[in-house]
Amino acid sequence: MACNCNETGDNKAIFAELDEFIAANNCTDESSLINVLHRAQHLFGYLPRNVQIHVAEKLNIPVAKVYGVVSFYSFFTDTPRGENIVQVCLGTGCFVKGADKVMESFEKELNIKAGETTENMEFTLSGVRCVGACALAPVVLINDKVFTHVDPSNVKQILEDYLIQKVV
Amino acid sequence: MKIDSINTLREIHQEKLPLLALRKAEASVGKERVLMVCGVAGCLSANAQELMDALNKEIKAHNLESLVSVETTGCFGFCAEGPIIRVFPDDAFYVRVKPEDAQRIVEEHLIAGKIIDDLLYLNPETQERILKMEDIPFYKKQFKIALRNCGIINPLKIDETIAGGGYLALAQVLEENNPEKVCQDLIKSGLRGRGGGGFPTGLKWDATRKSEADQKYVICNADEGDPGAFMDRSILEGDPHSVLEAMAICGYAIGANKGFIYIRAEYPLAISRLEIAIEQAKELGVLGSDILGTGFDFDIELRYGAGAFVCGEETALMRSIEGKRGEPFNKIVFPSEKGLWGKPTCTNNVETFANISPIILKGHEWFSSIGSEKSKGTKVFAMGGKINNVGLVEVPMGTTLREMIYEIGGGIPDGHEFKAAQTGGPSGGVIPAKFLDIPVEYDSLLEIGSMMGSGGLIVLDDTDCMVNIAKFYLEFTCEESCGKCSPCRIGTTRLLEILEKITRGQGTEEDLIILENLSNVIKDTSLCGLGKTAPNPVLSTLKYYHDEYVAHVVDKKCPAGVCKDLLQVVITDECIGCTKCARICPVDCISGNVKELHVIDQTQCTKCQACISQCPTNAIVTI
Repeated sequence: MACNCNETGDNKAIFAELDEFIAANNCTDESSLINVLHRAQHLFGYLPRNVQIHVAEKLNIPVAKVYGVVSFYSFFTDTPRGENIVQVCLGTGCFVKGADKVMESFEKELNIKAGETTENMEFTLSGVRCVGACALAPVVLINDKVFTHVDPSNVKQILEDYLIQKVV
Repeated sequence: MKIDSINTLREIHQEKLPLLALRKAEASVGKERVLMVCGVAGCLSANAQELMDALNKEIKAHNLESLVSVETTGCFGFCAEGPIIRVFPDDAFYVRVKPEDAQRIVEEHLIAGKIIDDLLYLNPETQERILKMEDIPFYKKQFKIALRNCGIINPLKIDETIAGGGYLALAQVLEENNPEKVCQDLIKSGLRGRGGGGFPTGLKWDATRKSEADQKYVICNADEGDPGAFMDRSILEGDPHSVLEAMAICGYAIGANKGFIYIRAEYPLAISRLEIAIEQAKELGVLGSDILGTGFDFDIELRYGAGAFVCGEETALMRSIEGKRGEPFNKIVFPSEKGLWGKPTCTNNVETFANISPIILKGHEWFSSIGSEKSKGTKVFAMGGKINNVGLVEVPMGTTLREMIYEIGGGIPDGHEFKAAQTGGPSGGVIPAKFLDIPVEYDSLLEIGSMMGSGGLIVLDDTDCMVNIAKFYLEFTCEESCGKCSPCRIGTTRLLEILEKITRGQGTEEDLIILENLSNVIKDTSLCGLGKTAPNPVLSTLKYYHDEYVAHVVDKKCPAGVCKDLLQVVITDECIGCTKCARICPVDCISGNVKELHVIDQTQCTKCQACISQCPTNAIVTI
């Protein structure tokens, strides 16, 4: 049966890269599903329907099973995310040092709720369960950069500085 | 090079010993030095990588490369004072070092031989600078078994692991060729699972050993989900070989030749260190096929979690490794008989595995002489929250909370009062001040309604609202409930709704009774450990802080001043009319002329309290 996952244009190269990973790691059945999905999300940024169908066909398992796994694990998402991912640590160490106020401040500054993406696709805001830097609480990650001892009143500055520094 | 016999490994261990010579207490100070820099996630977040780069640059600039080396190492534990450098052989312990300090360290210490006083730890009580790590109060009561190599070896170099005695326990086990004895020794040692449950490790191994099957599995549970606990990550990042070696020992003891490490995807550094370690171990012949030429094969694969707390539960974890939704199943037949893919499986936590090699090498008598009567050995705790010395500590079982919080932890910051310690994360409970002197061990914590858990220890002070803390944990378990069984799926949702109602000031006394009854039903009827323990934060706060719940539902007050709907932000007569509060207010509800008393419009106030932090005279308070 031909694959019906609508590989087109630019996507084709990414699908090829995913297939390469699947072949190189000898992923032939369900047991490698989670590792394959990690790779796919890394490549595509998220896991749209056509990618899930493609993975299901490659691993020879029903699409429903793939969707079941994607929807179960919070790490996987089937909606596109922004260019920059803001993660506010909501672990206990950060919570007792005021992480909830930090989150509120980001929500206000970006004008979205936790879990949402700004309209211009610039930022996605999410909570994260403990990054293990409890001594530096409250902690916020923007992509790979870690911001420590974050004060809710500095959130605007942090976002502005981050964008400027990224351009430089 | 592949080591082809046990004796060769022992010879190589002897050959490599000089690698660690400078790091021994008896080493004399000369021109040669090694700088150990903490290179795990906590310190890396505090610019430890930039610091290492700066040090290397300075060392190169001063042509000291042949004499001085900078090594990345595992967690020193004293995260509050990071980034940390330990300079050997002087044994100087520099804290809060910035990349800018690199030049001084090289020129003043390494070249001129003068210790840099202001980078040493300052004892806040005596105002004295302390040179050596072991003289710092934070380390005095600690005893390291699981963290033995963190801060001593470079985890990226297997040679240093071998020099430190790595894989010698595996060699001994293979040489003795008596799997039953390994299990018996572990039973005698009294080691219990460090992931939270506290099941005797030796019994688990022995049960799996006795199951007959063509295939068995070893699993290392590295799905450290308890928010606020990071000891497993520190062990994996700082000493990955200790876990690999122990898994191979387990494989030999139970008759398995395949192991999986199930690790959180949120730990990219730990994953990369494990990948490097596995590759190096295979290259050296201490892992893979025909280990040390004995004919024993043992292979380890990594499997990644994907953000599901319930996957820390043994049966859910196995489902996840199989590539399925991580839903737990009833343990009608124990995993030691039917586990992963229906085969006998032995699952242990990272910290449990990190204890194995020392028990083999030093004997079960040595291990069981440490700790308390029913809890042997040590436990690593991640201390966080309202405590001065936030960090990772390893103490003998039976150490009291008071010793941990006041002697090791340095007490509560900013003059606040200790209110409670929370152990066991979302599965545990709060421990009030009256129990500060109980020994911390599996059974004593269970008796007072908490649990050891994986070792998160969060300290709360008088500004923390206990209803809000219970709500925080319930938000967590509610979101992380897998939904398979109704007591947990629906029960935790109802518990959370009631707690939200109470913190909004709409709770009644009847709600408190419902909370307790519902909690007990969830405990009794849930399928897995997550549900069975989810009500613990509610039950223990209800038990020890009942007055605080009553204040919320009867007086409609939050004594700690946390629950927004139950408090008012007001400006007192101390106000000097500086207008700072009015300018920061996000909803412009503060009015008043310059140099006159300001007023908050209570109908508009969102109680964000941004004004409080701005006020120079502390005139704004919550009531």
